[in-house]
Amino acid sequence: MSVAKTESVAEIKARNKELINEVLKVYPEKTGKRRAKHLNVHDASKSDCGVKSNIKSIPGVMTIRGCAYAGSKGVVWGPIKDMIHISHGPVGCGQYSWAARRNYYIGTTGIDTFVTMQFTSDFQEKDIVFGGDKKLAKIMDEIQELFPLNNGITVQSECPIGLIGDDIEAVSKMKSKEYNGKTIVPVRCEGFRGVSQSLGHHIANDAIRDFVFDKLDPNRPALFEPTAYDVAIIGDYNIGGDAWSSRILLEEMGLRVVAQWSGDGSLAELENTPKAKLNVLHCYRSMNYISRHMEEKFGIPWCEYNFFGPSKIAESLRKIAAYFDDNIKEGAERVIAKYQPLMDAVIAKFRPRLEGKTVMLFVGGLRPRHVIGAYEDLGMEVVGTGYEFGHNDDYQRTAQHYVKDGTLIYDDVTGYEFEKFVEKIQPDLVGSGIKEKYVFQKMGVPFRQMHSWDYSGPYHGYDGFAIFARDMDMAINAPVWKMAKAPWKDDQQPKLMAAE
Amino acid sequence: MAQNADHVLDHFDLFRGPEYQQMLANKKKLFENPRDPAEVERVREWAKTPEYQELNFKREALTVNPAKACQPLGAVFAAVGFEQTIPFVHGSQGCVAYYRSHFSRHFKEPTSCVSSSMTEDAAVFGGLNNMIDGLANTYAMYKPKMIAVSTTCMAEVIGDDLNAFIKTSREKGSIPDDYNVPFAHTPAFVGSHITGYDNALKGIVTYFWDGKAGLAPVLERTPNEKINFIGGFDGYVVGNLREVKRIFGMMGIDFTLLGDQSDVWDTPTDGEYRMYDGGTTVEDMAAAINAKATISMQEYCTEKTLPLIKEHGQEVFAFNHPISVKATDKFIMTLAKISGKTIPEELARERGRFVDAIADSSAHIHGKKFAIYGDPDLCYGLAEFLLELGAEPTTVLATNGGKAWEKKMQALFDSSPFGKNCKVYPGKDLWHMRSLLFTDPVDFLIGNTYGKYLERDTGTPLIRIGFPIFDRHHKHRYPVWGYQGGLNVLVQILDKIFDEIDANTKVPAKTDYSFDIIR
Repeated sequence: MSVAKTESVAEIKARNKELINEVLKVYPEKTGKRRAKHLNVHDASKSDCGVKSNIKSIPGVMTIRGCAYAGSKGVVWGPIKDMIHISHGPVGCGQYSWAARRNYYIGTTGIDTFVTMQFTSDFQEKDIVFGGDKKLAKIMDEIQELFPLNNGITVQSECPIGLIGDDIEAVSKMKSKEYNGKTIVPVRCEGFRGVSQSLGHHIANDAIRDFVFDKLDPNRPALFEPTAYDVAIIGDYNIGGDAWSSRILLEEMGLRVVAQWSGDGSLAELENTPKAKLNVLHCYRSMNYISRHMEEKFGIPWCEYNFFGPSKIAESLRKIAAYFDDNIKEGAERVIAKYQPLMDAVIAKFRPRLEGKTVMLFVGGLRPRHVIGAYEDLGMEVVGTGYEFGHNDDYQRTAQHYVKDGTLIYDDVTGYEFEKFVEKIQPDLVGSGIKEKYVFQKMGVPFRQMHSWDYSGPYHGYDGFAIFARDMDMAINAPVWKMAKAPWKDDQQPKLMAAE
Repeated sequence: MAQNADHVLDHFDLFRGPEYQQMLANKKKLFENPRDPAEVERVREWAKTPEYQELNFKREALTVNPAKACQPLGAVFAAVGFEQTIPFVHGSQGCVAYYRSHFSRHFKEPTSCVSSSMTEDAAVFGGLNNMIDGLANTYAMYKPKMIAVSTTCMAEVIGDDLNAFIKTSREKGSIPDDYNVPFAHTPAFVGSHITGYDNALKGIVTYFWDGKAGLAPVLERTPNEKINFIGGFDGYVVGNLREVKRIFGMMGIDFTLLGDQSDVWDTPTDGEYRMYDGGTTVEDMAAAINAKATISMQEYCTEKTLPLIKEHGQEVFAFNHPISVKATDKFIMTLAKISGKTIPEELARERGRFVDAIADSSAHIHGKKFAIYGDPDLCYGLAEFLLELGAEPTTVLATNGGKAWEKKMQALFDSSPFGKNCKVYPGKDLWHMRSLLFTDPVDFLIGNTYGKYLERDTGTPLIRIGFPIFDRHHKHRYPVWGYQGGLNVLVQILDKIFDEIDANTKVPAKTDYSFDIIR
């Protein structure tokens, strides 16, 4: 199926460049010029991917991106399980993001845990006209009364809040005082801020700094007796249990995980983290800010890692172990050895079914690069990738550690571009989100959602890799893809209606 | 290590093993600063009490687990029902990502929709340039026949004027002078998704009938024999509209659907991605002014559209999501009356089969208590059906239901001996419902996917009827309207009842004497 297999790198590069030029023709001139900067063919001699990123999406093109609220409520804060996160503004934002991200947790929902609930101020016209601060204060009182075991509240601002001049900081401060210093966090993540989810991550990180860390008594005793092996997992949202299948490896190598940010996380864990000896950072994009802050403020080093696929997992375990003594280094080797038979069995089973298959990705956060190693462990090749809301440092990491010469790179891809690229390149698998899934499946191209793991997972860690491998096999080798064409119809290339 | 290459454990089973259970227990004990389990248990029990319910119902500001979404979602729903039309939502872009995801999770289909991607500068200076560029890009890239514009709350708060902005966009050459761009202001802080549906459809009717925002002369109505049909915001739109078309066809009525989403949300997997499929043509939409009557299947989805159509001289008829035999009879007879056509024998036979099915099965439903939540019309239609089955719709709740709906529901209860103990709850949410399910227990709950949390917490078995349904597949393909649709609803209710009876009678040597093979 794949075109790439039969072509040399030079041919691939020429074909991809041609493809970019062809796609750009559809745009009005000004838009074409702007989009041209986001599309490129990777050149292995370069230290980044040669695309512009983290700039405004162009109106009307069908960007896949979301907003700052999605980055704060949906990503960073939402999974903190013992706090109540108010979607502050009209009802929709909280409704569409309600329990959609599969941040697994343990707790009694509605009593001491609140992740899969939708708390909203459900703004009405009068709240827009007269302001919503009084309503917000009352909401906090009602939360205290009806959900007495909550350990804190965050205010996740939706668009109108910043536009009507509400002072959510003052309300939060007043109510925090009234409730004996209760943690109440105003978050200025209005959806119109910034260009994507990304600014929402940053704003949410800063809110943790300002309203969790800075409120801590520096002399307070730790909740636990610190050890030399205390680490915190940063930037794992426990989608389908990812953080759990990661944590178990760190603990098996002799480390002690004192906090999870933020999947299955709690306020106490956020507060624990300044006592950690090392922060291990999975999703660099969404939590590098707080990691840098903790390094500066508390002297905690941080270390990026990648728990997708056995090659990267082993590399990461050794990298993390290098921060500790021989005890932990031996532990890392022990863990790698322990899981080697499982990995060998998984690869022996699935690699023959997946060898040489090509993949195109378009995802957010860390995944456009982080999952490449896992595909390669299965003998698959990523021939195109791009970030929904990456920055230049993401593309640098991608270029330097992950992608091959000639890979097609597309930043903030538009619906039109993505369809065209896939139609032309005909990969064996596309990995992207729910909005893209059915587009490509209609075209007869196998697809996996790489945000929600298509309701599967975990994909992190050794246990997760077995599921990942099984899922990719299931997607690509499902009999259904052989049935897309009615047998009595002529064989013809799939076509894109919109382009014609 | 529990994981195994030959028998890969999913999250369901993986984390139940001793290694993970120990790990999670330690995490909680050492690092989460957990609440005392006795205290958690105390609060859990307290939250079931009438005392808690009283506090819960005193809420004035906080909404918890509402059963409604915001206006632009409904506007997008309305827009995709027109031929080769792209919904264009003016405002922040994240909203559009949410609508597209929301619909795709329900229909398991792509949903095309664009945003004008307004950011901070647009918040300060207004979104005119976003509109100008956005329309030009959408028009060039996706070659739609029509772009239907609505708004997010951001654009509404800063007061962007769609009519003026679209006019300016034409002047700037973003779109041709005579290109169709109907529009509607759809503030998220007023009403709900059904309001947005209404506003968007009204915007389209106004645009085509009343002079295309100044581009064309106002249409003169020349009455003909056609009938217009409006389905409203409907999670079963694919199955329902196909069923409605079939019924119109059987009766030989010439009709126009004012919005037909049944193809675009049900395209085949055959190697070709159809960004557009089916839908009402702009010609039919314009010509619909000449129809003799318009029928709305959901009164509360067309509170503004229907009166507008009436003003144009048509007869209008509103239903409340008919499911029951009686309500479907009324719908069919209204069609016959307006059109002057006779009701074909085949429909009478379908009716008879539906009644036959009720006669066969109603013993299992009679006297059972139900709680229902959802959009106002759906709630009404379901309650009406349950009363007809001899069941009691004890608790009926619509977060987006208002005073008029409350009155209408009460009148329905009053009309039946089975409605005597039934209560209606307008403007309440699913946390209110949770209290009600504890203090006034029912046998079954009918609602959307989010009802599963109520099922978990209160033990009330959930029958999934509503929108969205994310965790069961393909329900939208089956109609809930027409006699066939009513039969589908009946079967869905019965399946759950029988499953529950079986689940409650299968302990060997204890309860399985009732584990009957014939029911």
